[in-house]
Amino acid sequence: MSESSTMQLIPTLSDEERRDIEAEIAHLPDRQSAAIDALRIVQKYRGWVSDESVAAIADLLGMSPVAIDSIATFYNLIFRKPVGRNVIMVCDSVSCFIMGADDVKQALMDKLGVDLGQTTQDDRFTLLPIVCLGACDRAPAIMINEDLIYKVSAENLDEVLKGYE
Amino acid sequence: MPKIIIDNKEYEVADGDNLLQACLSRGIDLPYFCWHPAMGSVGACRQCAVVQYQDENDERGRIVMGCMTPVSEGLRISVDANNAVNFRASVIEWLMLNHPHDCPVCEEGGECHLQDMTVMTGHTSRRYTGKKRTFENQYLGPFINHEMNRCITCYRCVRYYKDYAGGTDLQALGSRNRMYFGRTEPGVLESEFSGNLVEVCPTGVFTNKPFSESYTRKWDLQSAPSVCMGCAVGCNTSPGERYGNLKRIQNRYNEDINSYFLCDRGRFGSGYVNSEKRIRNAGLRCEDGSFEIIDKTDALNRFAAIVKDNKLIGIGSPRASVESNYALRALVGEANYCAGFSDAEAPLVDLAIDLSQGHGKRAPTLKRVEAADAVLLLGEDVSNTAPRLALSLRQTSRNVSKEMAGPASIPLWQDAGVRGHAQSALTPVYSASVLPTRLEDICTDSICTTPERIAYLGNCITQLIEGKSVELDEADMAFVNGAAQALKSASNPLVVSGTSLLNEAVLHAAAQITEALKALAQEPDLLLCFAEVNSVGAGLITGALSMHSALKKLTDGSVDTAIVLENDLYRRAESEKVAAALSAASQVVGLDVVENATLEQATLVLPAASFAETEGCCINYEGRAQQFYQVYEPQGDIMAAWAWVAGISKESTETDVREKLISDCAIELPCLSRLTHLNRMAGQSGRTAAKIPRQTHRFSGRTAMNANVSVHEPRTSEDVNSPFSFSMEGDSAAQPGDLAPYVWAPGWNSNQSVTQYQEHAGGALRGAADAVFVSHAASTTTLEKTGPIFGKASGKVREGGAGLCLVPVYCVFGSDELSAHTSEMQARAGRARISLNPQDAKALHVKTGDGLYCSTGEITPGQSYEVLVSASMQQGFVGLVQGAAYLPAGAWVSFVRDENWARQPEVIARG
Amino acid sequence: MNKKPLTERILSADGGLVSFASYQAAGGYDSARKALTEMQPEQVQQQVKDANLRGRGGAGFPTGLKWSFVPMGEAAGPGHKYMVCNADEMEPGTFKDRYLMEKDPHLLVEGMIIAAYAVQADKAFIFIRGEYHKAARALESAIDEAREKGFVGKNVFGSAFSVDLVVHRSGGRYICGEETALLNALEGKRAQPRTKPPFPPVSGAWGRPTVVNNVETICNVPCIIKEGAEWYQALGIGEDAGTKIYGVSGRVNKPGLWELPMGTTVREIIETHAGGMQKGYALRGFLPGGASTDFLVEEHLDLPMNYGSIQAAGSRMGTGTMIIMDDSICPVALAMNLQHFFAQESCGFCTPCREGLPWLEALLKDIEEGRGSTGDLELLEQNADYIGTPGNTFCLHATGAIEPLTSALKYFRADFEQHIEQGCCTYQTSAPLKAAGT
Ligand SMILES: Cc1cc2nc3c(=O)[nH]c(=O)nc-3n(C[C@H](O)[C@H](O)[C@H](O)COP(=O)(O)O)c2cc1C
Ligand code: SF4
Ligand code: FES
Repeated sequence: MSESSTMQLIPTLSDEERRDIEAEIAHLPDRQSAAIDALRIVQKYRGWVSDESVAAIADLLGMSPVAIDSIATFYNLIFRKPVGRNVIMVCDSVSCFIMGADDVKQALMDKLGVDLGQTTQDDRFTLLPIVCLGACDRAPAIMINEDLIYKVSAENLDEVLKGYE
Repeated sequence: MPKIIIDNKEYEVADGDNLLQACLSRGIDLPYFCWHPAMGSVGACRQCAVVQYQDENDERGRIVMGCMTPVSEGLRISVDANNAVNFRASVIEWLMLNHPHDCPVCEEGGECHLQDMTVMTGHTSRRYTGKKRTFENQYLGPFINHEMNRCITCYRCVRYYKDYAGGTDLQALGSRNRMYFGRTEPGVLESEFSGNLVEVCPTGVFTNKPFSESYTRKWDLQSAPSVCMGCAVGCNTSPGERYGNLKRIQNRYNEDINSYFLCDRGRFGSGYVNSEKRIRNAGLRCEDGSFEIIDKTDALNRFAAIVKDNKLIGIGSPRASVESNYALRALVGEANYCAGFSDAEAPLVDLAIDLSQGHGKRAPTLKRVEAADAVLLLGEDVSNTAPRLALSLRQTSRNVSKEMAGPASIPLWQDAGVRGHAQSALTPVYSASVLPTRLEDICTDSICTTPERIAYLGNCITQLIEGKSVELDEADMAFVNGAAQALKSASNPLVVSGTSLLNEAVLHAAAQITEALKALAQEPDLLLCFAEVNSVGAGLITGALSMHSALKKLTDGSVDTAIVLENDLYRRAESEKVAAALSAASQVVGLDVVENATLEQATLVLPAASFAETEGCCINYEGRAQQFYQVYEPQGDIMAAWAWVAGISKESTETDVREKLISDCAIELPCLSRLTHLNRMAGQSGRTAAKIPRQTHRFSGRTAMNANVSVHEPRTSEDVNSPFSFSMEGDSAAQPGDLAPYVWAPGWNSNQSVTQYQEHAGGALRGAADAVFVSHAASTTTLEKTGPIFGKASGKVREGGAGLCLVPVYCVFGSDELSAHTSEMQARAGRARISLNPQDAKALHVKTGDGLYCSTGEITPGQSYEVLVSASMQQGFVGLVQGAAYLPAGAWVSFVRDENWARQPEVIARG
Repeated sequence: MNKKPLTERILSADGGLVSFASYQAAGGYDSARKALTEMQPEQVQQQVKDANLRGRGGAGFPTGLKWSFVPMGEAAGPGHKYMVCNADEMEPGTFKDRYLMEKDPHLLVEGMIIAAYAVQADKAFIFIRGEYHKAARALESAIDEAREKGFVGKNVFGSAFSVDLVVHRSGGRYICGEETALLNALEGKRAQPRTKPPFPPVSGAWGRPTVVNNVETICNVPCIIKEGAEWYQALGIGEDAGTKIYGVSGRVNKPGLWELPMGTTVREIIETHAGGMQKGYALRGFLPGGASTDFLVEEHLDLPMNYGSIQAAGSRMGTGTMIIMDDSICPVALAMNLQHFFAQESCGFCTPCREGLPWLEALLKDIEEGRGSTGDLELLEQNADYIGTPGNTFCLHATGAIEPLTSALKYFRADFEQHIEQGCCTYQTSAPLKAAGT
């Protein structure tokens, strides 16, 4: 019965993805230990992790798809749904809250016309909440893609978003 | 045995226990969810909280989890301390925040561990006013319902399914208070042990789907201790009946065999008992070939007349009880009796009994299997032929992790710790099989080859164990050498094989290895699997006739009448030969449970009782004789096959026909002499009051059940011959644990109440009688050992014959005759499959999913099989799944591509 | 002799970034060389023990003692040993580790080499939270630079000791910072905490002996090796040794981080270094060491920030980075914000944390939004007691979650009562959190 499941088409990973994943595996005692790395790497190239990617990672690491999914659904930074070209993560933890993060979040929602967890119509932005970004001394902070942005306010938002198409 | 103080009282507890286990063992109710006696502790639910005190002066103490705290001499704890009581009530309150309170419509209601624990902690009123979380459920196949909203996140399902049973398609998904236990997408649960989820889940998330379809509360079921008919392991079961239908099978704890778990064939394979194909009345064949229903007396008279006036042969059956087989043999005489095996299987059964049980040997119990420290599986695909054994072998493979835990001071019940510390370290398990097995993931090394070659490699292992050398290619050498070293260095090595490949050399090879290991002064075990529930019993009730000689006697007219007992002969010999013999006979009396091809040619059909409707005894692979008891009285004119047969014989006036049969059998067949020890009526005079009730004390509607027929309360039937009554009255409290029809204790309504029946939580049942083993004294077999590499063939190539050589392959769903008549089994079995080497597939122009049919007539012509191309299959051989037809193992057959074959979408394997 | 062994280089570096060259120029890697070429592993352990270095990750466990639990030599059995740096830093209000890693990555690399050597670990990981992209890149290039010089990898400094040092990015989850959950995350699994025993030094990553230490802890190691235990002890004021990176966030004039003698008073940190409260805002309370510590109030300002004093006052020094609650902030809203965080970040393994924290959040939300009723405070307190008592939950996540709540109920009870009595929140600035996802 196990053999028949190989009949299914296993979606493939790109050469870069495989290379990066294998590089992580090289540091680890077994392939399965690279599950989170593999998810992160695939997401780096594709923006998110689809069911097909889950199956492909499972195949590469010798695991079952649901075992990968179990891991993927645990971690905050692994997206199992498509996201926009840019991901905005608004810190909602204590220091930023004290410094007005709610206003920033509201302004972002108004400006982009989306709620938390949603993507703009034009696919430009996905808005997500995030826990403390470690920028508490310059709160409120947000992160867009890999950029940490300090002292955001309703007023300077336009300026902040400009660079992200 | 350390002494601990629980609420100011001193108790002696078992060394190495945790506090929860200790409390439960001493009859102290301590609620829990995530702990399971077979799976240990993880400390997730926090329900088993107790207060532990530092020393005599400590008044406050601190809360610890019972399941995560080891007992130690002088330890002082309290179960009743206020903060422990209140904390436990809080845990239930938290669990109830999102639980839907849908008990009235929940299949678990009335036997729900969550209900029990809620009552036990006294949490009664609701303070949470918010919304409840909801989930979507998944389709999980024909066996299991999924209702995630009821989940209390105890993690037991995944711990069981994944960690214990090795399933790969069910997982914990999500996090925080959005935990989801399911699959990536809806689909059939792949594990053949999925049904245990029903009992493992403490609430109604995973429920028994066929049972749900005509649902009955636990308290309305009538039950009796029974034995699974699915294979020769002989797991203990508790079937439940209502309104004349067998409703479900639950696990019945037996420390030595199935403990807490059954396979899905056992749990879901009994639907045939209620099926439309069920025979409920006697039938007399008419001129036009149809059957006329006749009443019981008429049937008995006609049967008696046939027996009196004709020259008879009797054909018994490995799926019929000892009583039925013996009754038939007694009726026709040994000279005219055939035990009912195919000619290929019969000598192997004899051999296997002799090798594993002869000379006072005894095959290991599953409990002992789980203690082995090296395993060799030689030829037997146990996941499909003795499934519960496969589940035990998974536990065996973890023994090394338990060994590693000691030095790191990890208690063995600390499940996550033991697993995490050992990582992927596994006890050596080597497997040689025809096709990859479902135990591949626990195998140190495995090899797929032909039966002959398996025997050959087995012999090479013996050579190496004996310190001789062998010459093999690299892969074979690695396997053989690895296996030999592992077995040699083990103190309890185990060799598992069986009759399924119908290959004598394989059995010899397995026995040789065990013998060779004995010379190393260890305690090697040999476990040989048999095909059917009573293969061993039928094998010991010998007859002078082989299947072919029996059929020949009919064909050539030397006898004119056959009595066929619970056996579809079309599974035991070539169809033309069976057809010819049955049509040559002037009288064929067929006794059986459901319709089959043999009965279609019978002249008189007698409705035989299923295991649920009568009593009987079967002998498992160990030689353990086990009795199953009547659960309910059958409908129509159904009677036990032995009752039909004995009913026409002289002693029919005896009250206990069965007891007489057993005692006669014990006298006539010395190897079965111990069967008389099975009688549990000793000291019970038949007084109803002293009997064990089959019905629960909450059994409802005795008057109303048949109110559409009669408004009078029906008289309960008397049962003078068993320890049980057909009523709710009786003494259910003092019953011996092994005679409990169902488990139910004060405060404990779910099947988890079995703990209340055990001497020690997770241990032996209280008051259980000693197991009865038949003894097969004299041995006739001399192990073959000739030539440089002894055994029959090198197995490298199979010579002679044209076409492909047939190898039998088994499937837990569908290969067993009776359970295959159950619709859920059929759904799970899918189409009959044939496995081919890619080269052979190419030559036949087929791919996986295409159809092939046999063109040489050796196997049922016209039947097509779905092709499964597998590189593991040796070229020149085909693996054919044992289904409804006779499979001439080792025969040469030709196949042709079926042009009309419709490919089926992959449903089962999806996901 | 310098008094800021951790940040001195950063403070004097160009643009606050310490390059490999300037790190080396300031005597960088001398400590590692000394440890590996002149000292036995046990001597290194002893020196760290003598220095009384305590873990900076929150619990303050003596570092040298932790190292000494690792089986050495034959006793360790076959296989790897692991040294893991906990760079997960997800405790709200905490931003010290990121600063150290981004500004002076070589300090951590050097510390890791010494620490790995001390326990004879041949594999070392820096487990860094997934959002710390810049820090991870800085560390990776630092490791590359060090490897090129032979400071990391095979035969470090020509000695017999080899260590493979790798930056491992997290998939993102607060619980990954809990050391046993971290080990599961490192193994590529769901980051559920593990039970002890087995303790990580005996059976940690992949079932092998493993030490987990915080970034700041490790960064203290090179100076201890270089200057000695006594010198290090003398850096602290009072009972605890060394310096501590303290931080302040909230409405103060100069929020930020400062390396100060261990035991500097809260008042000095807030008033002198953070410049005091912003104009128009008054201090109502502060969380001394991150979101999972109990609130303290004005009366505690003169306490020295060390493990013992803060504990005696009913809180914990935690990460040493304070969060200031000013008088414009509604304590109920703040408590709700904190419970939201902890409820969201519960791993979902044990019942009290998984089910209890969301209930607390819901109760606080009701109170904050004017739907509170009289019994709610008792319900909060009762639940808080059952969830927060150490040992009641599987790990300390839930315990940490309850600390700010019980202390808020103690110090700001009037606010809670007022919300319930008046059926509304009277604070202007702190709009309650909108429903935060499902
Ligand atoms: C819920 C939880 C989160 C934690 N998060 C961190 C963290 O982000 N960084 C850290 O260094 N320690 C964290 N810890 C503490 C670690 O478990 C561990 O004590 C620490 O890494 C040990 O390092 P140290 O001895 O150097 O302090 C956390 C603990 C808990 C219970
Ligand atoms: S307290 Fe329990 S649920 Fe919460 S993070 Fe720890 S183990 Fe997970
Ligand atoms: S049974 Fe002890 S914590 Fe679940």
